[in-house]
Amino acid sequence: MIRSEILKEIAPILRDELVVCNIGIPSQELHAIDDQPTNFYMLGTMGLASSIGFGLALAQDKLVISIDGDGSVLTNLGTLPTIGNNMPSNYILMIIDNGSYGSTGDQPTYAGMRTDLAAMAKAAGCENVIEVQDVDTGAKLQEVIDSGKGTVMVVKCDSGNAKMPVITMDPVIIRDRFMKAVAS
Amino acid sequence: MSISTKIVDDLVANDVSFVTTVPCKQLAGVIEEVETRDEIFHIPSNKEDEGMGLCAGAWMGGKRPAIIMQNTAIGVTINTLATLTQYYRMPLPMIISYRGELREPVACQVEMAVHTKALLNQLHIPTYHFHKESDADELDAILKYTFMCNKPVAILTDASFWGGYGDQ
Repeated sequence: MIRSEILKEIAPILRDELVVCNIGIPSQELHAIDDQPTNFYMLGTMGLASSIGFGLALAQDKLVISIDGDGSVLTNLGTLPTIGNNMPSNYILMIIDNGSYGSTGDQPTYAGMRTDLAAMAKAAGCENVIEVQDVDTGAKLQEVIDSGKGTVMVVKCDSGNAKMPVITMDPVIIRDRFMKAVAS
Repeated sequence: MSISTKIVDDLVANDVSFVTTVPCKQLAGVIEEVETRDEIFHIPSNKEDEGMGLCAGAWMGGKRPAIIMQNTAIGVTINTLATLTQYYRMPLPMIISYRGELREPVACQVEMAVHTKALLNQLHIPTYHFHKESDADELDAILKYTFMCNKPVAILTDASFWGGYGDQ
């Protein structure tokens, strides 16, 4: 499965949760599959989906899911120790690990070679870390949500992108409707 | 009252309750003071752009954030300031140690000091420079201004403000 097929499968689970989605094609795919006010789309700033979602989880009680990518986590590796040492129960970092930089032409990442992001998350102090295969993502995500434990999920899947339109929504509108959804 | 206590008192009085820090010798007293306050959740970051991401999330979650960092961080965070903090119009007080100014003992610090105000100016970030201790009297107004206009705002605190570097 490629990322967009996974997002399609888990969209019904994500719909009721606060989601911070990674820059580029992941946000375009989620926006096209199931746009919700509870989705915060990153239009820039590669690498910070995990940090934005983590700050949000620490600031309020609702569950927050950051949908990140292997390439983006590699660009902000300092995020893993920060998460590992401060993990609340209402945060899920889902790293969709397709071993490539999808938004820039599917160049390979080191996560698709010798680097093991789940092992890195564990070494950084994250307690609940699971690696799942693409076909199991929906069931595992639901399990993690039901467990009520802060968790890092590394989802192994194939490289590839769906052709989706660029998000043209104004960033302040994305942010404002998201904040209203957070506060509601 | 120490200047560090006064700075953190102003943060608390302005309802700033989420502070991320990247270590700095000049701001060590402020960081220590932040850590002692029950009203503030303090989370150290490993890099300043990561810290700005945490602050963006905390603000969307209903908390007023602040970041404490060195001026070298301006070089690290320009993309984040432009494409996250400013693009989504979010407030962020940045309490910054202004290394490389008068009384600086480390020559390399001057290399970023000479770019600091130019970069902040280029980014259209409102910038306040604390040189004398009495300059900190404006901090309360600066914080109110930041959360009024939803912009990142820089507060540069130089060595003279902190009374020199001591034994270095």
